[in-house]
Parts: sequence; structure tokens; C-alpha cells
Amino acid sequence: MSDLQVRKIVAGYDSAPVLRGITFTVPHGSLTAVLGPSGSGKSTLLRVIAGLNRPIEGAIVIDGKVLSGPRVHVAPERRRIGLVPQDAALFPHLDVLANVGFGLPRAQRRARKALELLDMVGMSDYATRMPGELSGGQRHRVALARALATEPDVVLLDEPFSALDAALRAEVRGQVRQVLRRAQTTAVLVTHDQDEALSMADQVAVVDEGRLVQVGTPAEIYAKPVSRWLAQFVGGALVLPGTWNDGAVVGPLGVVPANLADGHVVRPGDIVDLVLRPEQLSVCAMGAGGGPGVIALVRDVAYFGHDAVVTVDLPGCEQPVQARVLGDQQWRLDSEVLVGVRSAGLAFARE
Amino acid sequence: MQTARFTAAGDLEATPDPRRRLRAPGGRLVLRASAVVAALLAAVPLVYLVVRVAQADGSDIIDALWNARIATLMVNTVGLVLAVSAACLVLGVATAWLLVRTDLPGRRAWLVTSSLALAVPSYVAAFGWIATTDVRGFWGAFLVLTLCNLPLVTLPTIAALRLANSASEDVARTLGRTRWRAFIEATWPQIRPAAFAGVLLVALYVLSDFGSVALMRYQAFTWAIQVAYESLFDRTLAAVMSVVLAMMGIALVAAERRLRGGQARLGSTVAARSAPTLVTLGRWRWLAHGGLGLLAALSLGVPLGALARYLLLRTETSTAVSASDLLADASSTVGLAAAGAAVALALALPIGILAARFRSRLATVTESASYLGLALPGIVVGLSLVFFSLNVAPMLYQSVWMLAFAYGVLFLPKAVGAVRTSIVQVEPGLEDVARTMGLSPARVWTRVTARIAWPGIGAGVLLVALTAMKELPATLLLRPTGTETLATSLWRLTSGTAYAAAAPYALALIVVAAVPALLLTREVAGGKRHPEETL
Repeated sequence: MSDLQVRKIVAGYDSAPVLRGITFTVPHGSLTAVLGPSGSGKSTLLRVIAGLNRPIEGAIVIDGKVLSGPRVHVAPERRRIGLVPQDAALFPHLDVLANVGFGLPRAQRRARKALELLDMVGMSDYATRMPGELSGGQRHRVALARALATEPDVVLLDEPFSALDAALRAEVRGQVRQVLRRAQTTAVLVTHDQDEALSMADQVAVVDEGRLVQVGTPAEIYAKPVSRWLAQFVGGALVLPGTWNDGAVVGPLGVVPANLADGHVVRPGDIVDLVLRPEQLSVCAMGAGGGPGVIALVRDVAYFGHDAVVTVDLPGCEQPVQARVLGDQQWRLDSEVLVGVRSAGLAFARE
Repeated sequence: MQTARFTAAGDLEATPDPRRRLRAPGGRLVLRASAVVAALLAAVPLVYLVVRVAQADGSDIIDALWNARIATLMVNTVGLVLAVSAACLVLGVATAWLLVRTDLPGRRAWLVTSSLALAVPSYVAAFGWIATTDVRGFWGAFLVLTLCNLPLVTLPTIAALRLANSASEDVARTLGRTRWRAFIEATWPQIRPAAFAGVLLVALYVLSDFGSVALMRYQAFTWAIQVAYESLFDRTLAAVMSVVLAMMGIALVAAERRLRGGQARLGSTVAARSAPTLVTLGRWRWLAHGGLGLLAALSLGVPLGALARYLLLRTETSTAVSASDLLADASSTVGLAAAGAAVALALALPIGILAARFRSRLATVTESASYLGLALPGIVVGLSLVFFSLNVAPMLYQSVWMLAFAYGVLFLPKAVGAVRTSIVQVEPGLEDVARTMGLSPARVWTRVTARIAWPGIGAGVLLVALTAMKELPATLLLRPTGTETLATSLWRLTSGTAYAAAAPYALALIVVAAVPALLLTREVAGGKRHPEETL
């Protein structure tokens, strides 16, 4: 068992800490994504966990053993924590097999163990290649095998896929997730890409400006964000002003059933922000009998095959509104449509 | 109407074609022939030296080789080369690491101070040390040469460290290496080619250095060659020793070229790169400041201190050189250096153009021949040309032309480098466009290529002239009787312990040397230029 606990970490430079009190726990064998915009301190957090940076306050604990804390600092080479950096950082002077075997005792460096790991990441045909001869995705798989070779308690992945192009990214992501599951390794992934965080992680920790915004499962983060900022940061969000009326918001879309976000308090009659996801909106052709709705004008259609994003002008709404609908219908530009709401929205109190 | 158009089209088709066919191969032939001639001229000193030794009596050569002194000289020179190289490697890599990978305050200022040593010619530094201290012999030569050559290792190592991937060191830490082991196993292999290439240049410099070992009275090869020629009149011994020294220089240059190729092959394995996290020095930074400060004090403080002391002293005694002497020496220095730069440019143009535009075996061979100037110590080139002019062209003996030719050969690599890089920067597409507009290759050269490349070539020639101004050993052997340069006057006065008289010359030489040093250090530290151009 290797639970990783991050306790009230404050780190960075004495005068201006980059991290200002971060706390969360990564259960054994699971993957936690640390999600945040660039400059939010995610990478510093990773370096603190690895022991490459010493926190000013707080503790890093694995299985009850304190690795960083007041008067305790276990050197990175004694932590049993693996690292996969952003650019893979393979040793350019060593071949693939030697890279994987780097952390093993000298006798085992070119032995079966390293080859098995290469096999696990699907790179066994490339054992004698030099890093310069590999593609971006291949380098990341070798870097992962190298990090797993020493059977670490925790593996840290620092924006591991940001250097790959979009098509390759989805594929390598899936492969990495599978390898980590098979090895049953506790992992922390740092990313600014919400798709990556939601699709790969068992748990997502959102960090902004050095503070923890929310921790939860990907579904919780997406469906029940604790702030308007977070709602807009993870996935597209339509924000509409409205009046709170006990379980519903009255606004440009009429009366929309809504829940109040966690920790927000409002009285009936207060102005609130109603947040709706694009897939919560329904769009019907006029006269199709789609139930209640507001008349809007189609401005733009982006068709993806499986679905489409329809951009409409809503009366009483300054900005165009996007709705994600199934791709089985055709929309004409400048035609009138009926826009409705399919499920309860989320309401946030105004600060 | 129609017929007229036909004629026009026919004219267009007919006129440029035959001209091109005639001119292009002709021009290329001239270019190739002149490159071959330039390469042969660059090889004259080495070839003639070998011829001279081959003509000598076999028993004389064996006598010379078995002379006990040669073994001692060999041990002395090799020992000095090894000691200085090792010291420069350790100090240079440590300095580069401090300046790139730590949070040491004032790193930028320290970078400037630690490269300023290039502005002090080693024999000027030696003058500073013997004028103010009692350090002589091995330790004197070791100190002076280490301090003067340290930037040759520091600067390229800084460039390589900036390019090296720092994340691999982090990975090595998480895979069980201590900070020191992580540096050795992850970072050192990435910077090793650059550091070693710098060390080879240091070794080359020490091997060919004449002024500082002579002033320090250290029995190295170069000094012994000069003594054998000037005092013992043993020309065979001097020639044999010169050949041995030349072979060592060629071996070092060959090794350095190989290493540079290896560095390019290692390449980079990263796509995105994050800025390295700097090592926090904490209290250690005072030690770092102290170390860098000590190096600066020894390499700059001592020579400049000596200068200041004797310049101030001079006003009281006023027995020293007159201003007119200094001015005469300065003007002859400038004249000789300009002639040398002109010769270097003339030799470099065909070789550089060929290397930049027509990659072929011939281009490779002629370019390699130009590197002889880097491998041959000044004393060897000087001595060989003395023999050459005495036996083959007596009217040229001790003429300005022979000395200018020596400069041309010695600084040919610099000039070829300037010509080649300046021309490579001219987009070949521009030349193609000019050709389609009806210009002949020769006109393309004068109106497009040369027009764009000349500032770079001009700057290169200026650097050659400035470097030639501080040349000492070849100038000592080849200068016309009665002509003195700044370097020879400094040498003569310092050898005669007339330190006060020597001081103004030392100051003038530092000014001359500072220009190329300061111009080049920034680009060498940025990895844009190779440190050999600062030699």
C-alpha cells in the first residue's frame, strides 16, 4: 500500500511562495491529476513531492512515513518516487535499454527486467536505438518504462503529453494509463489540459494561484464545480445572469430549474449566475413541437459528425450561446430555432 | 506583329544560354584552381620544414633526436600541457556550472569578468607576474597559461550547459543518484564534447605558446627551438624539434575536429524544454564569490596592477621609451598586421567560397589545409619561412612580405571561417533569382553575394588584423631588421627587466587584444561561435 499524502504544502521562494497550502491524498494504485492553468504552481508541487524542492511548510507523507516535513527532508534518490518530465528527458548519450536500466543495480541494467519493461510499453524492438532516433510518443513510453523500472511507490508525470500532437496525444495517453493500471502504481499527473485530467484520472485536484480550488472525481469536478471560474475552466460553460427563485433561475432562457453550488448561499430574489453546459441545451426547429423554449437565431454551425455545436443569438443575451447537439439534424444559418434546457443548471452567488 | 514576337522570343532563348555555358565552368575552374593554390601556399611552411629535415644529414637528425635535452623538453612541454589542460577543465567546468546552474547573484557580471582574461595576451600576463612577483619556471608558466586560457573552456561549456536538458538530472535523482552522481551521469555526458573541445584548444595554445614560457624561463619546446636557432645556430636541431612540435599540434587539431563532429551527432532529444531550476547556493555563495573573485584577481588584477604600478613609476624616472618610439612601433605593427590580414583574405576567399557553395572532396581537402595554421605554432611557421626564404627566395628574407605571409598562414582558419559563414548566410535562392534575371555568375557574385556577405567578411578580416598585432614568435624571427612591433618591443624590454619601459607596450597590447575578446565572448557563450576564433 502506498497512499500519498500532500499536507498543507507551502513552497517556492521565501518572499513569494508559489504554493500556498495544498492538501490532498492520492489513494494507493490510483491516478490523481493536478489540473491548473500555467503558472499556477503545479510543476513546483511535483518537484516538492519528488524532493527536488524543499517545502517551506507542510509535509509529504507516503504510507505514514514523512518524506518532507519540519526538520525532515529525504533526498530525492531515497524516496522511491519516479519522474517522467515534460520533455521525456531521455539521457541522449545512452540507448533505449540503458535509459530504462539507469536506475537498476549495475548487474541488472541490461538484464531481463529492463527488457520486460520495454515490452510492457511496447518498445522492445527499439532496445538498441538512441533517443534521437525515436518519435515523441516513443520517447514518452521509454521515459515511463525508465520511471517504473525501480518499482517506485509513486510515479510523477509532468505535463507528459504536451509536446505531442493532438492525434498522437490521445493514443499515448491511453497507453500510459493502461501501463500504470497494470503496474498498479500510484501516480500524480500534472496538466493544464482539462480533457487529459478528466479522461485519465481517478481523482482531479484543481490548483489555481498556488491554492487548491477543489478535489474530487472527474464527474464531480465537471458537474459540481465550486466556483464559476472552475466551471468555465473545465469544459465549455454558458454563464447567464438570472434571479434566484428557490430551485429555479429566471432569466433569458425563461424559468430554468437549478441547484445551488456547494458553499453558496442566496436568498430568493437575489441575482445569481446560472451555469449551463453546452450539452444541457436543446435546440429544435420551429414548429417541431419540442416543448417550451426561447426563440433564437442560428449564427454558426460546427459539424463534427457524431455531434454538432450550434451557435445561436439569444434575445437578452449579449454573447452568442453555444449548444452541443446530436449530429443527426441539419441547421440552416439565420433560421429561427427553439432553445430549451434539458436538465437542472448550477447557480452561483454573485460576489 | 507575330513575326516580331517570334524574334523577341528567339532572342530571349538564344542570348543568355551560350554565355552561361561558357562562363559558369570557366569561373568555377578559376575558383577551384585558386583554392588549390591557396591550400598549397598554406602548406608551404610544413612542407618546407619536412623537406629541410629530409635534406639534413641522417646522423645529425639521429643525434638531434637522441640528444638528452629533447627528452627533457618533451617531458617539460607535455607536463605543462597536461597540467594546464587539467586545471582549465576543472576550473572551467566549475565556473560554467556556477554561472548557468546556480542562483549565484551577479552571474552576468561574473560572466564578463571571467571572460576578460582573453583580453590579456599570455606574454603580457607573464610580464605582469615577473614584474611584480618572484614566480618563475613551471609554476609561473602554469599559472599564467591556466588563467589566460580558462575562458576557452568556460565559454563553450556555458553554451553546452544552456543547451543541455536539466530535467534528465532530476530524473537521475529520482532514480537513486546523489546530486554529484546525477551531474556526472546525466549532465556531464551532454557537456563533455564542448568542454573537451575547449581543453584541446587550451592544449594547442600551451603547446605553441612562446612568450610566456620564455619570460618565465621554463624550458619548453618553443623556447628551446628559438634558443637552438638564435643562440646555438643549430638549424638541424631547431628543424627537427619544429617537426615534432608540428606533429603534436596536428594531432591535437585532428582530435578537436573529431570531437566537434561527435558533439553535433549527440544532438538534442527534446521537443519542449522548460527553464532549468537553479541550484540554491545558500551560504555557499560566499565561497563561490570568493573563488571567482580570486580567479579574477589573479588573471586581471596582477597584470593590470603591474601595469598601473610601472606606468605611474615611469613618470618619475622617465628613462624609459619615448613616445615617438612607441608610436613608431605601433604604426609598424598596424602596417604589418594589415598586410597579413590582406594575405589571409586573399588565401581565404577561394577556399571559403568553395567550402560554402560547392561541397566536394576538393573543398574538404582545401579547407583542411587551411587549418594547418591552427595546428602550427607561430615559432614553427616562422622558422620554416626563414629556411624557405634563405634557400629558395633570398630576396624575400626578412622582408615585410615574408612576415605578412606568415600571418596569412597562421590566421587563415579565422579568415576562412569568416568567409564561409558570411557566404553561407546568403540565401542561394537570391543567387538563383539574380540568374533568372539575366546576370552572369560573375555579376551575381559582385552584385548579390559579395554585396551581402562583405560586412561579415570585413569583420573577420579586422579580427585577423587585431590578432596579428599581438603575434610574437613568428614576428621575432621574420621581422625586417630594425623593425619592432608592440609585441617584440614588450618582449625585448621585459627580457631585459626594463619593466617600466615595457608597461606602455603591455597597455597597448591589452587594448588591441580586448576588442576581439569582447566581441566574441558573448557569441561563444551563446554557442554561436567556436572558441578557436578567439585564439
